Amino acid sequence: MPVTWVLTLATALFCVGIYGVLARRNAVIVLMSIEVMLNAVNLNFVAFNNIVEGSRLAGQVFALFVITIAAAELGVGLAIVLLVYRNRFTVSLDEVNLMKW
Amino acid sequence: MQNYVFLVIAAVTTFAAIRLVTVKNLVHGALYLVVTLLGVAIVFLLLTAEFVAWVQVLIYVGAVIVLLLFGLMLTRAPIGKTALDRQQRWLAVPVALALFGVTVPVLWRFFEGQSISFGTEGGNTEALGTEIFTRFILPFEVVSVLLLAALVGAVFLAKRD
Repeated sequence: MPVTWVLTLATALFCVGIYGVLARRNAVIVLMSIEVMLNAVNLNFVAFNNIVEGSRLAGQVFALFVITIAAAELGVGLAIVLLVYRNRFTVSLDEVNLMKW
Repeated sequence: MQNYVFLVIAAVTTFAAIRLVTVKNLVHGALYLVVTLLGVAIVFLLLTAEFVAWVQVLIYVGAVIVLLLFGLMLTRAPIGKTALDRQQRWLAVPVALALFGVTVPVLWRFFEGQSISFGTEGGNTEALGTEIFTRFILPFEVVSVLLLAALVGAVFLAKRD
């Protein structure tokens, strides 16, 4: 299997995630898009782990670290989203502009 | 054989991801995210990273999806296309397409001809555990401290005071 196929799939997933982050208004969907982007990064890590000589599974270990940090990020992010909803009764990113100029 | 499986899985995964960011019903979006994550897990299996694949299934499909569905339910997500897209959507499509169009030719130029070798000696979970607990023991401990900090932070933020 050519490695470019996997890299192309990862790039496609990353770009879809970018679109989701930029175009979607609901904060939870934006968090989902970030998860898709992190998955694309994990795909790259595992693919490069397979083609780099003498990597000694470093890519897979880093993919595991990325999964862990994504879980932590999602926990804190959802807590913030729930807090914003409790205070302002919306999770629309267009209306949450308190810290924007 | 692996090539055909990969092509099918890649098509399904990309389709599910695109549906995730365009769907009207947010709960359906979470289900499409399940399909995307499972597709990535199968690609991990194809790349002979079976431990990463099962961690992906356990943590993402098991825990993260439940957490995201909780988030959707608790924030009473609106349903309908007009409420879901921001005004800058017309800008997001060129940005995503331009990134894809720039990155993919570069990748194809530099990694053309390199192919992934499938191991024949079976699983590598034992070697992965050895690597984590010897060479990567310090990052492993730092990550556990980070998880603890995220746990405390999430509890503190979501606490009703």
